[in-house]
Amino acid sequence: MSVSDIVEFLGVLLILIGSIMAVISAIGIIRFPDVYTRSHAGTKSSTLAVLLTLLGALIFFWVRDSFSVRLILGIVFVFLTAPVSGHLISRAAYRARVKMSDLTVEDELGDAIRAYEEDNDDSDKEAKGDKGE
Amino acid sequence: MIETMLFTALTLFGIAIAIALFRIVIGPSLPDRVVALDMIGVNLVSGIAIISVLLGTKSFLEVILILAILAFISTIAFSKYIERGVIIERKRDS
Repeated sequence: MSVSDIVEFLGVLLILIGSIMAVISAIGIIRFPDVYTRSHAGTKSSTLAVLLTLLGALIFFWVRDSFSVRLILGIVFVFLTAPVSGHLISRAAYRARVKMSDLTVEDELGDAIRAYEEDNDDSDKEAKGDKGE
Repeated sequence: MIETMLFTALTLFGIAIAIALFRIVIGPSLPDRVVALDMIGVNLVSGIAIISVLLGTKSFLEVILILAILAFISTIAFSKYIERGVIIERKRDS
């Protein structure tokens, strides 16, 4: 068993660990109670799964024939965009007032928004009154 | 040995995609379905990487880039649609 065989085996092992992570995140996406916890499962651990898999493929191809720049590009792109899309979809869900689960203990953003609206309540009323007059 | 591990990994990714598809079918709200769709796109990317390793060719690596870009843009468009109801905002002179 030569060195290149061992490194190929390590790459394939990384791919296998990535697939196990993908199944774990799929279990999370089916078991969690509301959309915010589901986005936690579907974004973070799924990103780890795809990064492990692409890294394994990169190592495999590096040993097999040559270094692949396109895989590096793919890794960087997924690593940059997966958190952005997860944040945007959670924000859209919060703005669309998707209900949280009954297990939710604290909603600090909702408290802050409510306090802000109460602070600006008078000016809003004055503006509306001016318009009415 | 290596081939068995790769086939196992491909099967596990298929199981993950099937579970996410189930969440798309039963998901109570639209953002649930979009999260599951994003996850299906990401898992398809890694499935294509595994197929490319399995066949020993580097021809599928462009597909990875294009599929990642498509998944990202579709998620962005869906979240804009959920948040405001329009995807492309423009100001009109009136």
